Amino acid sequence: MQVPAPFEYARATSVEEALVLLDRLGPEARLIAGGHSLLPMMKLRLATPEHLVDINPLERELRYIREEDGEVRIGALTRHRDLLESDLLAERLPIFRDAERAIADPPVRNRGSIGGALCHADPAEDLSAVCAALGARVVIRGRDGERSVDMTHFHRGPFSTAVGDGEMLVEVRIPLREHAGSAQEKVKRRAGDWAIAAAAVMLQLDGPNIGDAGIALTAVGVSEPRSRWAEEALRGSPPSEEAFAEAARRAAVECDPIGDQRGPAEYKRHLAGELTKRALRRAAQRALAEEV
Amino acid sequence: MRVNVTVNGEQRSAEIEDRLLLVHFLRQTLGLTGTHWGCDTSNCGTCVVLVDGEAVKSCTMLAAMADGHEVTTVEGLEHDGKLDPVQEGFMEAHGLQCGFCTPAMMLTARALLDRNPHPTDEEIREAISGTLCRCTGYKNIVAAIRWAADHPAAAETAPKEVQA
Repeated sequence: MQVPAPFEYARATSVEEALVLLDRLGPEARLIAGGHSLLPMMKLRLATPEHLVDINPLERELRYIREEDGEVRIGALTRHRDLLESDLLAERLPIFRDAERAIADPPVRNRGSIGGALCHADPAEDLSAVCAALGARVVIRGRDGERSVDMTHFHRGPFSTAVGDGEMLVEVRIPLREHAGSAQEKVKRRAGDWAIAAAAVMLQLDGPNIGDAGIALTAVGVSEPRSRWAEEALRGSPPSEEAFAEAARRAAVECDPIGDQRGPAEYKRHLAGELTKRALRRAAQRALAEEV
Repeated sequence: MRVNVTVNGEQRSAEIEDRLLLVHFLRQTLGLTGTHWGCDTSNCGTCVVLVDGEAVKSCTMLAAMADGHEVTTVEGLEHDGKLDPVQEGFMEAHGLQCGFCTPAMMLTARALLDRNPHPTDEEIREAISGTLCRCTGYKNIVAAIRWAADHPAAAETAPKEVQA
C-alpha cells in the first residue's frame, strides 16, 4: 500500500489565511490544490512535507477564467476541466483546449489545477510551455504584497519555481493579441500519458508577415523556456512552409532530450521539430481564420 | 483529526489520521468495500467515486479533503431497492466481466448522465477514459451506458415540480 509519510493537515478558507498558515508553519509546509502531482510524489516519499495547507476551499476566490484589460486572467485554482470546457479560451486561446484534451483523463482533470501544474514544475508538464509560448505572466502573492513574474523567469529548474517560501501563485495573465493564433501538438505513448515531446506555439500576424512568435517545448530538455532562436526564424517572414521548416529545424537543434523509456534522444529531437512544424501550421490557420 | 463526510446521503463522522486517503477511509474506516483499490498511482481509475457529483480518483485525494463534502460510492447508486438505470444497463448489456472496474465505470457513467443525459458514444468513451478495464470489455460498457441513457429513471424524466 502506498501512503504518504505522516504530516499535519491544515485548511485555508481564504488566500490571506493560506499565507498566514504558510508563514506560521515554515518552509516544510506545502500548499495542496488538486493534489494529483503532489500526493503521488508523497506516496513515493519523493516529497515529505511536514504540513499540508489545503487550498481547495478557495475556489470562490481563485477559480475563474475572465477577460480583463486586454488579458485573459485565470485563477490558480481553475481546474483542468474548466480550461478544457471554457468557451472564452476555445475562442481566444484554443491552445488550451489542444493541451487539455490530452492531459491525463477526466477524473484527474476534475481535480488538478493550473496553479498546481505550474508550481509543481514537472519538466514533462504541458501548461508551462503553453503559458510560456503565449507570453503569460503569473501573479505571486505573499504577506507583503503581490508581484508578477514572466513565465520565462518562472521556472528555476525541474520542480523549482520563482514562488518563494510563504508565497503562493494566485493568477495567470495572458495578453490577448489581435491577428494571432496558437496551438499545441503532443505525442505520447498512450491515452492519458505524459508527453514524449510536445510543442506549444503562438503566431501573431502583422500584415502578410509574422510579427511575433512564441515557441516552447515540453519534455525535451530545453535550457530556456522559449526557443528564441527558432522564434527569430519566423519574425518578418510570411507564414510559409519554408519559414515553419526553418523554425522547426532550429527548435530541434536547440533542445537536448535524453533517451529513456519513452524513446531515444534522436527520436525525441525529431518529434521536437516535427511537432513544432505541425503546431505552427495550425496556429497560422487559426490566425488567418480570425482575419476573415 | 475529525472529518464529517456525507457518504451516500448519510452523515458519517470519524477520527482519522491526517494522511488517510479517501479510498482507505471508505473501505477501511466505513467498511464500504464496493470502492475498489487498484494501482495506488492514479492510473487505473478503479477507485473512482463521486465527490459533489464529480468523478474523482479516491486514491489521490485525502479523506480530510472530503470533509464537509458529499461522496457517492457504488453502494449509493441503488435507492430503496431500485437499481440505478446505469446498474440495470450493465446487466442488460453485459457491461462487466471480472467486475473489478465496474463500480468506477458505473459512477463515472452516473456523473456523465447527470451532466449530459444524451451523450454520444464518443462522449461516453471520453468520460470513461480514466478507468481501465483489464478484461477490455469497453464495447459492452459503452453499450451499458447507452442503455442507461435510453432508459432514464422515472424521476429523471418527470417534470421538476413533481419530484419531492
